[in-house]
Amino acid sequence: MKCLAVAAVLALTGCAAPGAEPPPELQGTLTVFAAASLTDVFDQLAHEFEADHPGLDVTVNYAGSTALAQQLVQGAPADVFAAASESAMDIVTDAGLTAHPVVFATNTIELAVPPSNPGRVDDLSDLERPELAVALCAPEVPCGEASQRVLDHAGVIPSVDTFEQDVRAVLTKVELGEVDAGLVYCTDVLASGNGVEGIEIPGAEEFETRYPIAATGTANRAAAAAFMNWVLSPAGKELLGDAGFGTP
Amino acid sequence: MSLSASIHAVRGTFDLNVHLTAEPGRTLVLLGPNGAGKSTVLAAIAGTVPSDGTILINGRAVSDEETARRRVGYVFQDYLLFPHLSVLENIAFGPRAQGVARPAARATAAGWLERLGIPELADRRPTQLSGGQAQRVALARALASGPELLLLDEPLAALDVEVRDDVREELARHLREWGGLTIVVTHSLDDVASLAHDVVVLENGRETQRATVRELVRSPATPYVERLVAAWRED
Amino acid sequence: MTRGSARRSFLMPALWIPAALALALLGLPLVALVVRAPWASLPDLLSRSEVIQALALSFGTASIATLVSLVLGIPLALVLARSAEWSVVPRRVLRALVTVPLVLPPVVGGVALLLLLGRRGLIGQFLPFTIPFSTSAVVIAQVFVAMPFLVLAVEGAVRASDRRFEVAAATLGASRWTVLRRVTLPLVAPGIAAGSLLCFTRALGEFGATITFAGSFPGVTQTLPIATYIELQRDPDAAIALSLLLMAASVAVLVSLRDRWVPGLTA
Repeated sequence: MKCLAVAAVLALTGCAAPGAEPPPELQGTLTVFAAASLTDVFDQLAHEFEADHPGLDVTVNYAGSTALAQQLVQGAPADVFAAASESAMDIVTDAGLTAHPVVFATNTIELAVPPSNPGRVDDLSDLERPELAVALCAPEVPCGEASQRVLDHAGVIPSVDTFEQDVRAVLTKVELGEVDAGLVYCTDVLASGNGVEGIEIPGAEEFETRYPIAATGTANRAAAAAFMNWVLSPAGKELLGDAGFGTP
Repeated sequence: MSLSASIHAVRGTFDLNVHLTAEPGRTLVLLGPNGAGKSTVLAAIAGTVPSDGTILINGRAVSDEETARRRVGYVFQDYLLFPHLSVLENIAFGPRAQGVARPAARATAAGWLERLGIPELADRRPTQLSGGQAQRVALARALASGPELLLLDEPLAALDVEVRDDVREELARHLREWGGLTIVVTHSLDDVASLAHDVVVLENGRETQRATVRELVRSPATPYVERLVAAWRED
Repeated sequence: MTRGSARRSFLMPALWIPAALALALLGLPLVALVVRAPWASLPDLLSRSEVIQALALSFGTASIATLVSLVLGIPLALVLARSAEWSVVPRRVLRALVTVPLVLPPVVGGVALLLLLGRRGLIGQFLPFTIPFSTSAVVIAQVFVAMPFLVLAVEGAVRASDRRFEVAAATLGASRWTVLRRVTLPLVAPGIAAGSLLCFTRALGEFGATITFAGSFPGVTQTLPIATYIELQRDPDAAIALSLLLMAASVAVLVSLRDRWVPGLTA
């Protein structure tokens, strides 16, 4: 399943149905911790959710999934956690803060190059060329794990110039033209618009990244459950699809 | 050897306009009340303040020269010994700055300490000196730089009254021994009596009397000098 | 200079409470770091080759950044000190340029450096070599954020020093260069020492501008603070160990300089 293709298909079928019959009484604030790669789509999801629930105030905090997981373990107050990897979610479930996370989206690693592709990058093996400047996510963060799996599968040993702390930092370096290529999620390529060009990696979808979501707080359980339902609803999936995410 | 200096300097409303001549072996004292412009005359000769006019040292026009090239030794009222250098290094500073190698400069400095009778102070820091000692070190430092003209700005003003007479006698002796062109600025007739051959009285930026010490005491030209002489006679 | 007796009378008891709170805020996080440190595994964590590598890189780059700051920053400090004689506008512009990196978020500094010296930067596009992702980029980022500390410390010392010593030196035949070398700079040596110390510790702790401009690659651009941050995502114990190391390094630098060099910084 290809990132751009999915987006196109969903855009064609797009006739946004509002969240099905919202329970009317949701009040207070809902705090969502979400992976950096979800930035644009969760802004939209939160915005529409707020529109359906005027009494509710939704705050989304974006950062690297592992950093967010560590913050949750240290007691950060969040009602919902949407992670970019199951290992990040494991940190939270292992700490007993939640149970039964649900996978709501998938993502695929893709090559990103600056517009007009100054490094003449065609496929993954070009990352081995030592003269190219290459950015990857640090192996400690989810996009780094995912990138490594794809590279291992292809048997490519890249000549890396920098390991960035999250996927958006890799994207920025590509957008600025400071590197000739980087590995990011296909959703990041889509979010960047004309800022970067994406090059699909054959076989990468076998190593798709799975995004789990779970309720992590007790402060506003009803709102947390409603928000998760909204994300998993057909309309929520459509927004995710528009942003290039796969949905399980 | 001689000095001929026409100095014109304007500072706000203050207007300085004097002509000075000095000869070697004859110490010229600039006498005057506070604010008369005495220190400005010295600074203009040394080139540390801007001024118009012509300054000839031994026939050499220095008016357009930088301070460092005028070869003018300057003993400041508060001596301005470099606090980060020892006494010996202070005195060796002038020769060093003029390109003399370090050992030779230190030997020169040690020689000046001997001549001024203070060889034991060589390794002291300026903060460890008494006022009289600091004054002698400042004199040695100025002389060691090989000046053609020596300027002393109120050389005794920073000293305690008890030691002033002794230090003044010492200073007079050293200036005699040196024998070069010297200008001393003071507002004290004691200094004039011990140090001066010739006196120029400066009041409000203008010369009001030029005389030998004897003439000055015998026939003061202005009320200021008159009062000064009267007070001095009472002591 | 002033001893206790002159100050004691004005310290009201009520001031002790906010003062103690302030002290707690400054001190307790460091206590927590020490208490929670994985002491048992510390030798293992800190003797890993990548830790040694990051430590060496941090000290090396911070030292070079301090040297560069001395060479470039002292002349700037002298110009800044003399700018008091200039007219208002150029004087304020100069001071603002020196001060801005102090208040700018370091990440912004990193972005700005990329836009200037990056491969497509205003200047970078004309360079025959690439600066980002190199150790030189780390040094440049550190100089950008740390040099102002040195400049302002030296400038303060120059302003406070008695300029008549320079006049005295000139009457002894010293050229301007000799005056600078043998009088002006020695007289402000305490300010230079204090400024170098601040500059070095700031460079050692630099993170935002470095990771933005220089990236992160072990042994090349991954300094200790960056290694600490990335390690926090995977192994918090290792991150705590690295933090402890950074703290110890900073404290060691502070106490290794004697009081007379750095009044106000050491007790």
